[in-house]
Amino acid sequence: MEHPILFLDYINEVLGLKHNPQVTYTWLIMIFLALIAYISIRKASIVPNPVQNVIELIILGLGNLIKDTMGEKGMAFMPLLVAEALFIFTANLVGVIPGFSSPTANLNTNAAMAVVVFITTHYVGVKMHGFKYIKQFLGPVWWLIPLMLPIEIISHLSRPLSLSVRLFGNIQGEDLVLLILLFLVPYLMPLPIMFLMILTSALQTFVFVLLTMLYISGAMEEAH
Amino acid sequence: MSKKLIVTLFFVLMIFTAVLAFAEDPAVEEAVESKLLAAEYVPFFVAVALAAAFSMGVGSFGTGIGMGNAIKGAVDGVSRNPDTFGRILTTMMIGLAMIESLAIYALIVALVLIFANPFLPFFGVG
Repeated sequence: MEHPILFLDYINEVLGLKHNPQVTYTWLIMIFLALIAYISIRKASIVPNPVQNVIELIILGLGNLIKDTMGEKGMAFMPLLVAEALFIFTANLVGVIPGFSSPTANLNTNAAMAVVVFITTHYVGVKMHGFKYIKQFLGPVWWLIPLMLPIEIISHLSRPLSLSVRLFGNIQGEDLVLLILLFLVPYLMPLPIMFLMILTSALQTFVFVLLTMLYISGAMEEAH
Repeated sequence: MSKKLIVTLFFVLMIFTAVLAFAEDPAVEEAVESKLLAAEYVPFFVAVALAAAFSMGVGSFGTGIGMGNAIKGAVDGVSRNPDTFGRILTTMMIGLAMIESLAIYALIVALVLIFANPFLPFFGVG
């Protein structure tokens, strides 16, 4: 594959850094989200102005989703989930703009987020249940333990793998489809594909956040 | 000339200039010079191409059937109870994303075989 032309790589050249593109674009997204947060909070009032209205819509919508799926105890995880949702959505959408590449199109970013989710689920489970957390792995009856325990361990270990590879495959697949269609039919075909990319970005964000919520609430629930 | 003719010719010219924009890939030149395209290495490339193509083809087979079942269930549910359209849509979207991830795993294998083939270092390239 030819090396893609990315605009922010020039910053790397100017500063003399040797980062991969996903680090540079993650910085860009961090700066962008921090700016949006700062601008929306600066003149907060009871009767919201338009920008504050949109931000409140997004965050209260996510809050309702979390409350519906996880119950009241789940609101403690709202910072993690809202941060994940905003970052993944912005990161996916950045790749649609020509000359920019998504940080989530690289497996490293997704694996980092999936490992965070994995550690959070087990930390929450151990903190809430103590050592009885192991009972969730053991199944209903005692003589099924040699069967249930390896299966449960493998399925728990496959969760970060599936989370990261799903997101990576979707976003990188979109990039590749766009690239191939750009070679074939340059000005006409990329438009429906870009629409599809926006749709897939939103859907993958939703699935990631929903799966995180399900895993955390599964670790918090009472054992069978 | 009429305006329509000019616009049509312009589109055709744009489409054809894309083909001319192909540059010579340096990896291809390096492979040809290192005699990687000798006759005894051809089965490797044939195998890689077939494996990548079949991986995605066979992987989409069950995915399509599974997704069709999911959408059938969702449409049945909405037709019985039109008030629950929002919740059924949400559940259907989640189910579709989970099923699609299986096809994505097959796509990952195909992409790894084509672009980041782990057996290429044995041939002295990459």
